[in-house]
Amino acid sequence: MDLKLDHHSEDSLTIVDVEGEIDVYTAPRLRELLIDLVNKGNFHLLVNMEKVDFLDSTGLGVLVGGLKRVRAHDGSLELVCTQERILKIFRITGLTKVFGIYASVEEAKEAHGRDK
Amino acid sequence: MATVELTFSALPAHVRTARLVATAIARRTGVAEAILDEVRLAVGEACSRAVEAHRLHCPGEPVRIELRDDAGRFEVTVSDAAPSEEPKPYVLDADGGSEPDDMADLGVAVIAGLADDVEVLPGPKGMQIRMSWPASANGLAAI
Repeated sequence: MDLKLDHHSEDSLTIVDVEGEIDVYTAPRLRELLIDLVNKGNFHLLVNMEKVDFLDSTGLGVLVGGLKRVRAHDGSLELVCTQERILKIFRITGLTKVFGIYASVEEAKEAHGRDK
Repeated sequence: MATVELTFSALPAHVRTARLVATAIARRTGVAEAILDEVRLAVGEACSRAVEAHRLHCPGEPVRIELRDDAGRFEVTVSDAAPSEEPKPYVLDADGGSEPDDMADLGVAVIAGLADDVEVLPGPKGMQIRMSWPASANGLAAI
């Protein structure tokens, strides 16, 4: 399956919906979207990965790159993910300590509201 | 011992095909369904690394994969033709400050976390990554 990307804003949070496979072929599109969002002043990003079928280290690199970009503006990049096969790669690489990972968009929005 | 060999041009688009082929053969070899995702991810990581190395050093050369049913184990060897050194250990900064460029060897770290038997053989004529998983002795079908 190819990669489908969509995004919308809710208050100060920009939600990026990702569907499909994030790999060496498709990750550049996600990278471009994240860079574009940051360049347009969206510094609080929530990447919804509930419909992601596959994620590899190229995708992780893109997410870490996005995190660095938003942090340069005191922003945040957090994830929604409950799929064990996707969470596993975050655990193997220790990135569970780096990203806020939530079970749902609602849960992430609540946490974001508390942190504001 | 039955072997399937696959060579493909060093293009990112072909990595998905390689993952699909490896997963299909792993299933037929009798690798448990529960670990097919690990096979898919590890083979994808090895092929992605090889494709990136070829794009830098030898874009015209193909990447080669051998998939082998070997005495109760499913063994995959991904070989590239780009000169390589020992992969640097992947160390994550506590604040997540690792640059994506520094994460080039993250793929090898992921493979090491996924396959229970991994051998990385770098060399001036290319790198070989060999990994294997347990499979049922007879497989689901001959490959």
